[in-house]
Amino acid sequence: MNVYADNAATTAVSDAAVAAMLPCFQEFYGNPSSLYTTGQLAAEKLAAAREVFARGLNAQPREITFTSGGSEADNQALRSGAAMGARKGKKHIISTKFEHHAILHTLQALEKEGYEVTLLDIPPDGVVTAQQVRDAIRPDTCLVSIMFANNEIGTVQPIGEIGDVCREAGVLFHTDAVQAAGHLAIDVDALHVDMLSMSAHKFHGPKGVGVLYARRGIALENVIYGGAQERGKRAGTENVPGICGAAAAFAEACANLEKNAAYVTPMRDKLIAGLSAIPHSILNGDPVRRLPGNVNFCFEGIEGESLLLLLDAKGIAASSGSACTSGSLDPSHVLLALGRPHEVAHGSLRLSLSEYNKPEEVDYILEVLPGIIQYLRDMSPVWDELEKGQRPHLI
Amino acid sequence: MALYSDKVMDHFQNPRNVGKMEDADGIGEVGNAKCGDIMRMYIKVDPETQVITDVKFNTFGCGSAIATSSMATELIKGKPVSEALKLSNKAVVEALDGLPAHKIHCSVLAEEAVRAAVKDYYDKNGIPYGDELMACDGHCETCGHEHE
Repeated sequence: MNVYADNAATTAVSDAAVAAMLPCFQEFYGNPSSLYTTGQLAAEKLAAAREVFARGLNAQPREITFTSGGSEADNQALRSGAAMGARKGKKHIISTKFEHHAILHTLQALEKEGYEVTLLDIPPDGVVTAQQVRDAIRPDTCLVSIMFANNEIGTVQPIGEIGDVCREAGVLFHTDAVQAAGHLAIDVDALHVDMLSMSAHKFHGPKGVGVLYARRGIALENVIYGGAQERGKRAGTENVPGICGAAAAFAEACANLEKNAAYVTPMRDKLIAGLSAIPHSILNGDPVRRLPGNVNFCFEGIEGESLLLLLDAKGIAASSGSACTSGSLDPSHVLLALGRPHEVAHGSLRLSLSEYNKPEEVDYILEVLPGIIQYLRDMSPVWDELEKGQRPHLI
Repeated sequence: MALYSDKVMDHFQNPRNVGKMEDADGIGEVGNAKCGDIMRMYIKVDPETQVITDVKFNTFGCGSAIATSSMATELIKGKPVSEALKLSNKAVVEALDGLPAHKIHCSVLAEEAVRAAVKDYYDKNGIPYGDELMACDGHCETCGHEHE
């Protein structure tokens, strides 16, 4: 059986998205900036796509900017919020230790440019509190950026409460909603979100399309300079096929939000219950306040990459926060921020489901996984020492 | 696709000489759990001929850590101890038809695990040896010894 359980990495493109893209290649292939009919037909497609995102987020079309992906949207949001702050002499930014690298590395770049960054600690349940944000806000704070849902452990942050705190303090609030968009209801107005990033390929749209929502009045800083596309804030001929595919996927996701969650959540919970039965395993992140499809575990005594390879040999595609899979010496910064020791974080496994998965696939994972873990533990000198009491069990 | 060669995958999926050895003459362990790799190697040595008659390993680590351990055991089994000491990480890499650049350290660990097991055997039997066996604990950062 082949099981794709890495939907947090990327998703299959939906039929509706493909159908929306295809005419854009040979029929509506004009440049939306051209004044003749072929160009204007493409411009209409673009406008319709912008409407879809505006509607889905409860925003205005002019507040939607298309980018090359979630990372570009994150870069542009942070640079814009930072520049607006600097103009008022405010150069302090608040974020968290478990953001995506598109946020963390942009913040590192801003630090080199003279900004001060506070990264909030991650509580053991993987959910940051509004109180932490309130306590960190200073008179010179210009921007708060906190992810809607974590990409590794799937925990959903109290975005509305944090939005209230930021609004009250007069601080701009950005959220990286790359993992949440298309999976959780998002109303930027009700949540008091000022900027929001998303990426189409996480909800069955194509790769290479991102969306940046920026509330009216926010002066976006260019990351890409050139032509006057996207109201002059993002140069480059628009990726019309990709944007149309993204809009179709987003419309589909928004229309089926509750249905999909009701279908995927029980599969997630079955996996969590089944994997919890493996001795010396631990669920990462709150069991309830997490994305409908996210399961993330650590298994003591084994290393994640070898686990992934053996799962792949059984037809199961998953991911791990082990150092070996990232190519760096350190395991996942998310798991370390959550307080997992290095040796435990190396043995992590993320299974992320979507509405394309079937209940029998979950049964298959639960059938195969315990044996693989036992096999690796039997081979592991660390497990040997743990079992003999020469090394204390950490989980 | 293929992050790894067929040989690496074969040795990862069907590791040779995996397991514990209760009556080992020498045991070597290198690496640490914090970094995500530990190899433990057991050798049985014929006291008359100084030939490694049996070898086993236990490894905690990624696919290439398991594959390099497995290959190293194959390369030293049936060889005199003196020859096992000459096993280089490069020979392990070549025997596996190559490793990705960021996995070369796994082959270094395999080389060091063999040396650590021999050192333990020498220590237990009062056999003298030179400085080359003294230094390595498998922590490349603290050593600086060059491997190809």
